[in-house]
Amino acid sequence: MTPLSYARAADNGNALALAAAGGTKFLGGGTNLVDLMRETIERPSALIDVTGLSDAIEEQEDGGILIGAGARNSAVAGHRAVRERYPMLARAILAGASAQIRNMATSGGNLLQRTRCAYFYDNEGSRCNKRSPGEGCDAIGGFNRMHAILGASEACVATHPSDMCVALAALDAVVHVATPAGAQTIPFGEFHRLPADRPDIDTILEPGSLITAIELPALPFAAHSTYRKVRDRSSYAFALISVAAAIEVVDGRVHDVRLALGGVAHRPWRAHKAEAALRGGPATAAAFRAAAEAELADARPLNDNGFKIELATRTITAVLGELTGEGA
Amino acid sequence: MPIIINGMPTDVPNDARVSLLDLLREHLHLSGTKKGCNQGACGACTVLVDGERILSCLALAVQFEGREIVSIEGLAEGSALHPLQAAFVEHDGFQCGYCTPGQICSAIGMAAEIARGTPSHVTRDLLAPTVDLTHDELRERMSGNLCRCGAHNGIVDAIAQIYGRGDARTDISVEAAA
Repeated sequence: MTPLSYARAADNGNALALAAAGGTKFLGGGTNLVDLMRETIERPSALIDVTGLSDAIEEQEDGGILIGAGARNSAVAGHRAVRERYPMLARAILAGASAQIRNMATSGGNLLQRTRCAYFYDNEGSRCNKRSPGEGCDAIGGFNRMHAILGASEACVATHPSDMCVALAALDAVVHVATPAGAQTIPFGEFHRLPADRPDIDTILEPGSLITAIELPALPFAAHSTYRKVRDRSSYAFALISVAAAIEVVDGRVHDVRLALGGVAHRPWRAHKAEAALRGGPATAAAFRAAAEAELADARPLNDNGFKIELATRTITAVLGELTGEGA
Repeated sequence: MPIIINGMPTDVPNDARVSLLDLLREHLHLSGTKKGCNQGACGACTVLVDGERILSCLALAVQFEGREIVSIEGLAEGSALHPLQAAFVEHDGFQCGYCTPGQICSAIGMAAEIARGTPSHVTRDLLAPTVDLTHDELRERMSGNLCRCGAHNGIVDAIAQIYGRGDARTDISVEAAA
C-alpha cells in the first residue's frame, strides 16, 4: 500500500513550498485525481489541498473576468457576469459532467483533467503511451470511435475531455500560474500540448507550478456566443464533437469570429483556419460550411471515427447558423 | 475540527485515502449511501454538503473538516419520512432501491439550485432570474443519477410532486403529447 499524506495549503507560497518535496499532487475537487489514484494511474505520496486558496470570481473594469483556480465549475457557470458576457463558457460548463460533479470540480483542476481514453484507464490490460511512455498504443488499432481526428500522432490518439476548456480556447483565456521563480501568465492556446512523441505530458505547466487563476479578456461580441455538444446520449456523457462559437456580423459580413472544437484532438482545438476563412467574408450558410471544411481538411480518421469529420463540419455550420440566423 | 454527519460530530479519518463514501459506510456503518460504480458515473453515492449535492465516492473525507454532511439517514424526522421520501413510495420511484438514496439526496440539492436560479444545459434563457422545474429541466438536472431498473418515470413524478411546476410530471406530459 502506498503511504499518502495530506496537507492544506495556507497560501500560494506555502503550496509551492510543500510541492517542492516531489511526489506531490495539488488537490482540487478530486473528481479526476481521486479516480486516477484509485486506478493507480496517478500515485502521489502527498496531496496538497489548494481548494482554500482562491475561489473568487472578479469582474474587471475593462469588462473581463478573473476566475480563481478554486472556483467551482457550478459557481462559474452560475455567475451573473459570466452568463452575460461569455454565455459560451456558462453553456460549456453546464454541458459537462453532472450537477454533483460540477459542484465539486474546480476551474484549475478542469484544465488539468486527463483523457478518458478507455485504454489509458485500462491499467492492467492495455498498452498506453500516455500512461507508460514507449509501450505502445492499443487505441490506434482498437475501438477508437471517441478518439482524435486532428493533431494526433503515431504515439497517441486520445482526446482532451473538457468542455470548459473549449470555450476558454475560443475566448483566448490567460492562465495565471505561481512558480518558484515567480508569477507567470500562459496564453490558453499554448497551455495544452499536442501528443507528438510525448503524450504523457498534457500541458506546458512545469512540475511544482500552481494554477492560481484564469483570466477572461474583455470580448464584447462574446455576449453573443454559444456552445453546442453532440454526444451519444443527451446528458452526462463526453463529447463526440463540441463547438464553442462567437460571431460578430456587420452589414452581412463577418467582422470577427471565435471558434473552437472539443472531442477532436489531444487539446481543445482552436479553429484558426475556419476563423481566417470566415473573417471579412459573407455570413452565409455556404460560407460557414466552406470554413468548416477548411478546418477539417487536415483531419485523419481512425477505423471507427471517420463520422466525426462530417459531424464536426455540420455542427460548426449549424452553430454559426444559429448565432446569425443564417440556417443551412 | 470534526466533520458533522447528520448532526453528529465525527473525527476526520487519519488515512487521507478514505473517501467520504467509505467514511459513511465502513467507518460509521451508515450504509444508506450506496457504492454503485465508485468512479463518479452513477450518482448512487450522492450526499449533501452544506446543502449542496456532491458525489461522496470521489470526495476524500479529509477535505470536509468542519462541513455539514447530510446522507439519506439524516432526512426523516424520527419516524416521519421526508416529504420526498414519501413521494418516492407513493409514485413507485424505485424497483430494487439501490439508486434511491442518491436520487433523493440529489433531488433535494437540485431544488436548492432551482431556488437560486442556477441555469442548466437545457435552460434557454441564461439570464432569466428564475427557472421553472419543467419536465426537460428535471430530467437534465437529475441526469447524474442513473437507475438501471428504469424507474425514471416514477422518480420524475415523485420529484415533480414535491418540487415541480408546470409540465414536470410525466403523466401530464404524456397527456399533452397524446
